[in-house]
Amino acid sequence: MAVNRLRSALAAPRKGETYELRSGLVSQYAWERKEAIQKTIMSMTLGKDVSSLFPDVLKNIATGDLGQKKLVYLYLMNYAKSHPDLCILAVNTFVQDSEDPNPLVRALAVRTMGCIRVEKMVDYMEEPLRKTLKDESPYVRKTAALCVAKLFDLNPVLAVEEGFVETLQEMVGDSNPMVVANAVTALVEIQEAAPETHALVVTSTLLKKMLVALNECTEWGRVTILTTLADYQAQDSKEAEHICERVSPQFQHVNPSVVLAAVKAVFMHVQRIENSQLRQQYIKRMSPPLVTLVSSQPEVQYVALKNIDLLLQKQPGILDKEMRVFFCKYNDPPYLKLTKLEIMVRIATHNNADQLLNELKEYALEVDMDFVKKAIRAIGQVAIKIEECAEKAVNVLLELINTKVGYVVQEVIVVIKDIFRRYPGYEGIIPTLCQCIDDLDDPDARGSLIWIVGEYAEKISNAGDILAGFVDGFNEEFTQTQLQIITAVVKLFLKKPDESQGLVQKVLQAATAENDNPDIRDRAYVYWRLLSSDPQVAKNVVLSARPQITSTIPVLPTPLLDSLIPHLSTLASVYHKPPAAFLGQGRASALQAAAIEEARQNARENPIAAAAVSAAVAGVHSSAAPQNNAENLLDIDFDGAAPASLQKEPPSGGSGLEGLGGTPQRVASPSVASPSVPSGGMDDLMGMFGNTPGPANGAGGSADLMNGFAGMDLNGGQPPAPEAQLDNAAGAGDNKKTNEDLLGLF
Amino acid sequence: MLSGVLLFNQKGELLIMRAFRQDMRPRLADVFRIQVISNAQIRSPILTLGSTTFSHIKSENIYIVGVSKGNVNSALVFEFLYKLVNLGRSYFGRFDEEAVKSNFVMIYELLDEILDFGYPQNTETETLKMYITTEGVQSQRPTIEDSSKITMQATGAMSWRRDNIKYRKNEAFVDVIEDVNLLVSANGTVLRADVNGAIEMRAYLSGMPECKFGLNDRLTLGENGADTSLGGPTGNMGGNKASKAAAGSVTLEDVSLHQCVKLSSFTNDRTISFIPPDGSFQLMNYRATENVNLPFKVQAIVNEVGKTKVEYSIAIKANYGSKLFATNVVVKIPTPLNTADISSRTSQGKAKYEPSENAIVWKIARFTGQSEFVLSAEASLTTMTNAKAWSRPPLSMQFSLLMFTSSGLLVRYLKVFEKSNYSSVKWVRYMTRAGSYEVRF
Repeated sequence: MAVNRLRSALAAPRKGETYELRSGLVSQYAWERKEAIQKTIMSMTLGKDVSSLFPDVLKNIATGDLGQKKLVYLYLMNYAKSHPDLCILAVNTFVQDSEDPNPLVRALAVRTMGCIRVEKMVDYMEEPLRKTLKDESPYVRKTAALCVAKLFDLNPVLAVEEGFVETLQEMVGDSNPMVVANAVTALVEIQEAAPETHALVVTSTLLKKMLVALNECTEWGRVTILTTLADYQAQDSKEAEHICERVSPQFQHVNPSVVLAAVKAVFMHVQRIENSQLRQQYIKRMSPPLVTLVSSQPEVQYVALKNIDLLLQKQPGILDKEMRVFFCKYNDPPYLKLTKLEIMVRIATHNNADQLLNELKEYALEVDMDFVKKAIRAIGQVAIKIEECAEKAVNVLLELINTKVGYVVQEVIVVIKDIFRRYPGYEGIIPTLCQCIDDLDDPDARGSLIWIVGEYAEKISNAGDILAGFVDGFNEEFTQTQLQIITAVVKLFLKKPDESQGLVQKVLQAATAENDNPDIRDRAYVYWRLLSSDPQVAKNVVLSARPQITSTIPVLPTPLLDSLIPHLSTLASVYHKPPAAFLGQGRASALQAAAIEEARQNARENPIAAAAVSAAVAGVHSSAAPQNNAENLLDIDFDGAAPASLQKEPPSGGSGLEGLGGTPQRVASPSVASPSVPSGGMDDLMGMFGNTPGPANGAGGSADLMNGFAGMDLNGGQPPAPEAQLDNAAGAGDNKKTNEDLLGLF
Repeated sequence: MLSGVLLFNQKGELLIMRAFRQDMRPRLADVFRIQVISNAQIRSPILTLGSTTFSHIKSENIYIVGVSKGNVNSALVFEFLYKLVNLGRSYFGRFDEEAVKSNFVMIYELLDEILDFGYPQNTETETLKMYITTEGVQSQRPTIEDSSKITMQATGAMSWRRDNIKYRKNEAFVDVIEDVNLLVSANGTVLRADVNGAIEMRAYLSGMPECKFGLNDRLTLGENGADTSLGGPTGNMGGNKASKAAAGSVTLEDVSLHQCVKLSSFTNDRTISFIPPDGSFQLMNYRATENVNLPFKVQAIVNEVGKTKVEYSIAIKANYGSKLFATNVVVKIPTPLNTADISSRTSQGKAKYEPSENAIVWKIARFTGQSEFVLSAEASLTTMTNAKAWSRPPLSMQFSLLMFTSSGLLVRYLKVFEKSNYSSVKWVRYMTRAGSYEVRF
């Protein structure tokens, strides 16, 4: 102390703010002291360092004024770390307070003690904590219960050895619902931090206790209990039924997070119910509360909508009749509008398709560009999903072309390309499309139009002229468009060999001699050889029939979906990614881990590949190190870089399969504006079954595995072209891509 | 769970920072300011950087941010933040920068009480007000007995009501307030019509009264339930188009109930029984989509004549009984962005062009049932260099109408049982307001 005083006397001038505060803190008048404490806290909030006042603030700890005590405690919690030794001076007050006759004071003491994270504090904490855990007042007990979690965080060994965790387990049987809720909360926290403690093992007796407490505790306690219930594995169908019966009344709770937690619990347990009628009944009861969530606050709505999206993929049809609820309001924030669009497309059936198309057309005339594009895309998705309304959809799209708004027209062309791939018989509209050829500047739209021209070259009288125009400017085009031009010209040549011999030579010449991009050169060479060896073979390859696409609505791969359902209402369900994929250090390494694990499994099944795997693993490790460093430099807490919410096309964890399936990793078209088009190996693998991921890289998946070369012409950016990657570069996203490409090597 | 709570003003100045866990570092406040407040492109309320997630909402002119690590329950975080705003409103009247600045000590105290280690605790306003008071300095310490009682209540199964409440006159007021939402397409088809209703109650009842509440809900009444109401909304009876819902029963799509209502008994036999908190609270919310009585029918004809003129002809007809009247009727008719001048004529009320809102605002103070009013206007436009198409936002309406429920909901009875068997007086009031009442043209 003496040293301290000396130092302060030397360092601090006898004026200024700190001096004033200090003299206030030691004033002889209580009100002046209190005011000084308030001012100190104010400076602390503003980010000023007032830690030098520590000893003076501490002098005010022994006070009868509860409000003042709270402020001193607040100060103490903030600066305890920088003055661990001085904290011990406060211990006496804490111990005294924890025996105060006033339960509010007792609770405050034990609550604050836990927050002072100083190693020495632990020794003094033990006794008061033990006493307060058995306190007669439930208010103190519930505070003490959480304090055990704090202690565990600080010193896990002590918490277990001294029997605190055990006491906590007993407290789940407490007579007071709030104590039960907090005990469960603390146990969940401990269980998550250290699974080896087996802190929370839900048994049937524990289950009963929680179900009793569920109906009586606060809304937040209910969320905790419901979440714990959802994680519990029911013994048999009967128990699952019982849980659903007890939980489902919570659907009517006014707090949306309780409703979501209840939906989750019921959804998890309903799968175990054997009686299918009863199962259907519970699923049906889920839909009204889900719809009600859509009228909550926008942010809560957003979480709810994202969850509804997941539930709909798992259990389609639960909201078919509720289309109107999801109509966008004019002043909905953009994130809600985009999510609502996704859901509307998912619940579209032939009954409501007409209504939906009318609504989508309205949206396509709004001004927000992203929203308009997405709405147009949705029109295409509905048309491809529901055959009956395809014609109407095409008419709507044609009307939209007539608006002559640049981005509308471009998006419409991309969408119409997909419709062509689904339904024959709309060739009549091609002339209309060709009219707007000069207005297209988006590579996606240009590529789509060129694909259409190539595909229907025999039906378009001036196809040669149109393509000739593109060939002239070949070197100025985007990579993706260039690839489409080559393919379209080759198609044209095979269909009308007499008219376009010169054109095909010209384009192949341009692509091989004047172009630096290996992808383009390679493709041109492949075609060149194919054409020069045997035109008939070339015809068989290039003009073979493609499998029909069935849906362009993005769907999460089943394993990923199954892993997300237990995470309903959490961040994972909002991002539609497993927690390891967007949180902290795990982000990049989780992907690798998944991929390596997958590779190992393959190796077990297929020993020949084992060598390749080990090589790849080595490759991963060597590349992982620099990548992590790069991330660290960018990140705020040294564990990951790109904002998960900004990452446009993050390959989800489940898709650690990419590359391993034998297909190169596909980078979706550079239109970063479409955040939710999932591209990933998983989808591509699924693509083998005719289920293509998104309109952008559309044909890729299905066609190329089945047809070899013929497929290439469809798919916009099959090899990860440099431009595409640049566009994609969202911090680590880029790094990760390269990483996965490494994996894709074998 | 929540690592900390931050409050910012619009400029990005930190107003409150409360850490609940050690992983909440002061630096994170700067990160949020840079990444969200000064980044106009942020469109999502959730931002994850590394393992840290910022979830923010805006209220008046402040940002309220929940900082968390790990895979947090997002719905809970947002709901909690809104709860915090509500709490602030009931404590300080409003929850804006000024209120936060002048009450920062209180806010710290509140945060300390409602969050422990990042887990939300009791957030019931009524309970909190017992031991965290606005008087700043608590003149006398609550006696020990008092505080034991307070803590009992804060944790009890009935955390929302304290013991020994006494009133000389036992009264209960029930307000049925409905927000009717409507979306009509340009060709007059109703795209969406539904009602978000709330039943608000002010209970001034002594002791521990057990209340039972009855509505003309179809599930409780069955198809032909007899109607013995406490004086139903007369408008529905008087209107010439009173649908069968008004006279009979209504179908509630979904209800959510205040936590004082015994949910299990509601699920079993749809009885709403509860011990009410003291004072005002929201007993239930409900949603109805069938047989919605629309109070106003709007016909809008809008023609763009050439590039320099838009003609409006708007007719609004009141669809309720002629004894009723709506008040504060405001019709907002959007105009193109490049409107230069407006000339308008109305058969009732006043119409004025508001350039800041790009709309003609037509106000009618009193709109009697069954009457019809028209507005005709002409907007002259200036020529613009970039002739971007006008997006034609929908026309919107605001109104409030007493003694009318769009869903046809009635309160059939409210029974109060108490040990001392006192008699109580009950009042019921009905009101319908516009939620988002929009008509495209």
